[in-house]
Amino acid sequence: MPTVVYVKPDGTRQEVHLESGTTVMQGAVDNMVEGILGDCGGCCSCATCHVYVDEAWVDKVGKPDDVERDMLEFVINPKETSRLSCQIVVSDELDGLVVHLPESQY
Amino acid sequence: MAKERCIIVGASHAAAQLAPTLRQHGYEGSIAVIGDEYFLPYHRPPLSKDFLAGKKSIDDILIRPPAVYQKNNIRFVLGLTVTGIDRANKHLLLDDGEQIPYDKLVLTVGARVRRLEVPGVDKKGIFYLRTLADVQQIKAYAGKARHAVIVGGGYIGLETAASLRKLGMEVVVLEALPRVLARVTAPEVSAFYTRVHAEEGVRIVTDAQVAEFLGDGEVREVALADGRTFPADLVIIGIGIIPNTEMAAEAGLEVDNGIVVDEFARTSDPDILAAGDCTCHFNPIYGRRVRLESVQNAVDQATIAALTLCGQPRPYRALPWFWSDQYDLKLQIAGLSQGYDQVVIRGDIERGRSFAAFYLKEGKLLAVDAVNRPQEFMLGKRLIAEGVEVDPSLLRQENFALKGLLAR
Repeated sequence: MPTVVYVKPDGTRQEVHLESGTTVMQGAVDNMVEGILGDCGGCCSCATCHVYVDEAWVDKVGKPDDVERDMLEFVINPKETSRLSCQIVVSDELDGLVVHLPESQY
Repeated sequence: MAKERCIIVGASHAAAQLAPTLRQHGYEGSIAVIGDEYFLPYHRPPLSKDFLAGKKSIDDILIRPPAVYQKNNIRFVLGLTVTGIDRANKHLLLDDGEQIPYDKLVLTVGARVRRLEVPGVDKKGIFYLRTLADVQQIKAYAGKARHAVIVGGGYIGLETAASLRKLGMEVVVLEALPRVLARVTAPEVSAFYTRVHAEEGVRIVTDAQVAEFLGDGEVREVALADGRTFPADLVIIGIGIIPNTEMAAEAGLEVDNGIVVDEFARTSDPDILAAGDCTCHFNPIYGRRVRLESVQNAVDQATIAALTLCGQPRPYRALPWFWSDQYDLKLQIAGLSQGYDQVVIRGDIERGRSFAAFYLKEGKLLAVDAVNRPQEFMLGKRLIAEGVEVDPSLLRQENFALKGLLAR
């Protein structure tokens, strides 16, 4: 099972093993990673699962689609590496993925 | 001293947020969730959409997998109905006569559907849509249905109409008021949804008072008070919900269109908290008491309740928001529009499928309905929450970048 590492703003790391096919948001909800809410259940409506993809992983994770990009523009402190984690599907390719959590989702 | 005992009544979205959040913040007492449905907490919004359409399974819509609750030592007792609260002795009363003691009680009992009281409403093929079991029944029955009639042109009714239309049925929506979504949107937005549904082949009939359901055992026809009739072999009624407040009221808790809670999710009894659709609370952004029917409120208020119980109280002051998906329309709503005196439309609401409706009162932004406009939704949330003054004429101009409205 691929591993995803969630890094809190204070630097604390939480490493979880996720089934391929699950999303980085659902993985956080299922493992009580604080700081990712995912209120809408993953339909890209709420932008409460904002993360910063670690620089080393940006290319592999890829770019957001139009809807996601529009929402990301107005999250708190957007960066080039911002993604909504409900739109990142975990796979063997992404084994070891590191995402950084923002200070706040809203 | 024995461990504190926290009982959560209602295995709802709020409960799925509350119980694990208690553990996250160090709650050491025992936690049990009692639910009268037979499922672990699940997402309700997909019920009228992907779950009805068969694109999602029960496992797909569970809010958290069973392992999360096990790992956090959260016990679920499902299929059990709580009938009363004995506050003096701190006991819950169950329908089988048993009693369950509590030290802290949280009511996340939600709401139930408003029933339509007309002759023939108990015929086969007529359903409500609120619970997973409701939709399982609809799916089991609807296989051969060709003519669906939806009673109620609110979000649930319209989402259901879109889902059934996509499954290939002939769909008619009957709305009692002169327009759909009358309670929640401006006339312009109602007209937009009426047009899109017509373009998709769904017929919306307004000023339609259902008088009777006809058929021999199974429903065959819906008759209106004015004599019009519509063929129907499947009827789904979505005419609103009623908060489950009776048990709280009987126990002497303050109830006013919802169980009244303060900014820390406490009822008028300090050992009883409440969260979600069943509550009524003062919203500081709008300066009045509100009862919200939404996932956002369930999640955010449950978090507040958990923090209160952990001795880390934080006041609740979130901006309400909602969403509704129909066809290719992604509607996101920020804020509450009630009481608006001006609506500004950005985008082509009359011909297109993408626009934002800004609701203002005395020049202040109250709410935004954004259809396929995630930027306007996200920006609207911030403008409302931060109380930013906006010039209505700028909102209308598509060539004006809305980003410029944020605090400079």
